[in-house]
Amino acid sequence: MAKIDIQNAEEGTSLWKDAWLRLKKNKAAVTGAIILCIMVLGVIIVPEITGYSYEEQDLFRSLEPPSSDYLFGTDSLGRDLLTRVMYGGRISFLVGIVATAVSLIIGVSWGTIAGYFGGRIDATMMRIVDIMYGMPVIILVILLTVIFERNIFLLFFALGAVEWLTMARIVRGQVASLRKQDFVEALESMGVRKRTILLKHIVPNTLGPIIVYTTLLIPNVILAEAFLSFLGLGVQPPETSWGLLISEGVRDMRAYPWPLLFPGVFLALTLFSLNFLGDGLRDALDPKSSKD
Amino acid sequence: MSFLVVENLKKHFQVKGTDLFGRDKQVVKAVDGVSFRLERGKVLGLVGESGCGKSTLGRTMLRLLEPTEGRVLIDGTDVTTLKGEKLRTQRRTFQMIFQDPYASLDPRMTVFDTLAEPLFEHKLVESSQALNRVKELMDVVGLASRHIRKYPHEFSGGQRQRIAIARALALEPELIVADEPVSALDVSIQSQILNLLSDLREQLGLTMVFISHDLGVVKHVSDDLAVMYLGKIAEYGPTQEVFQAPGHPYTQALLSAIPVPDPDYKVEQIELDGDPPSPINPPSGCRFHPRCRYANADCAKLEPSLDIDSQRPAVRVACSRLDAVRQK
Repeated sequence: MAKIDIQNAEEGTSLWKDAWLRLKKNKAAVTGAIILCIMVLGVIIVPEITGYSYEEQDLFRSLEPPSSDYLFGTDSLGRDLLTRVMYGGRISFLVGIVATAVSLIIGVSWGTIAGYFGGRIDATMMRIVDIMYGMPVIILVILLTVIFERNIFLLFFALGAVEWLTMARIVRGQVASLRKQDFVEALESMGVRKRTILLKHIVPNTLGPIIVYTTLLIPNVILAEAFLSFLGLGVQPPETSWGLLISEGVRDMRAYPWPLLFPGVFLALTLFSLNFLGDGLRDALDPKSSKD
Repeated sequence: MSFLVVENLKKHFQVKGTDLFGRDKQVVKAVDGVSFRLERGKVLGLVGESGCGKSTLGRTMLRLLEPTEGRVLIDGTDVTTLKGEKLRTQRRTFQMIFQDPYASLDPRMTVFDTLAEPLFEHKLVESSQALNRVKELMDVVGLASRHIRKYPHEFSGGQRQRIAIARALALEPELIVADEPVSALDVSIQSQILNLLSDLREQLGLTMVFISHDLGVVKHVSDDLAVMYLGKIAEYGPTQEVFQAPGHPYTQALLSAIPVPDPDYKVEQIELDGDPPSPINPPSGCRFHPRCRYANADCAKLEPSLDIDSQRPAVRVACSRLDAVRQK
């Protein structure tokens, strides 16, 4: 692209910039984003600097309450809970990112193809989605985890592979309505190639809803992983995740609440932050949808 | 040969029947056998009420819709048979201006990106020259170059339509189809855009098909006039002659409906009864006969062809009772 260098050219406000300005004004979304950043930095750095390993056991000091030695206390096998909670956070965030990426890739391509080509291709592809919607997702994941033999990365993949359906529907609807817009017809009439139209014009215009749904999908996936781990189907000890920590914490919750409390609070905080950020993004990217 | 030749052009749409399995398919004959010619540098006004197929005709001529039947020759090239890359490169020569400037521009692209895209896509300029060419185009349509980095939502409807016109001109086309280019704009802006189009046409020697339902506008801009009714041309000829003495009863009714800005002016308004019939199931014979006050029994049986009017040799009318219509 040529550099635009014109005297007193007025800088335009792109829709992205506009959305960013609106998002900055939304306190809940900004707070959510800040908490998320701290959380991500925390799970990356903290396990490295506590001086304890997430799997190193000290059976003489099991189930100790929080103290200056162990800021979050220890679990039933005497492992440092702070290290474990932060280490578990890594797995939870990782599952959120990997599974969401998988569902993004499948969902966006599926939806774009169905929406752009329309007709019989569209009908067939969306009926497949409808059928998969009808299946009990968790049973499907359980089946996939059994087939994949409990490799955590394959578990992430399995979660993503069942979470793409809504994404495909959203994208398909967007693309189908964009395809009929005059500006797409104008591009065709100018002899712009189909691939360019699709990648440079249609997909960027669907990005708003995709981003919003992604921020709402991440907590879904984290929660699904927590649920599977809680059932003993997800991450296997000594590896851990927030869901697994919570399930371990539940066993002794009456006498020793902290092994349940800390991962629970972190999980809840993350989910809240993601949801607030998602809501904020939705309002910012589509100002017509907010009430005022 | 004329610059633009349209021969027996048809565009039929299949619509699903009411049947659960989509059987009992019905066909909408949106454009059903349209023929006309247009000389280089002239403007054809295409008028008719909503749903008569004028927009479909425009889009089919430019291959935005695939024609069901017929031929379109632009400067001797049959565009209905072009395929793939040949069609894509040929599109340079015929461009369209759309009705709604709010929908016809990509909301995420600046003026520069919008105008430079067709230039790059057809490799018309080096990237170092793109900026100059874009500024030139903005100048041609009367947009200040300081707006070059702005986005469509920062402009008014009239300015957006200027951007859309500049984009159509970027490829230096010879034929432009303008599909109701001013009907989405404020009345005060309409005349500006119309004047711009007239100026451009003179400067650049463009041939133009101007689709509109506003007869006042068409009278102002067009050399030839084609009146469409239910997918067919009812009357076609030089604008002056058609306006002076409309032959087809439908044209008469349309022209009598033009408001005159003079309270003392009395015209006999010809009011048409009922809505236009459905193009799925058009009336037999002459398509206009159920609403025509001159119709007789033959009109329901025989479909009139678009013939030369004996009294006005430049005009063609599709009415078999033209003499009876004239007497009254």
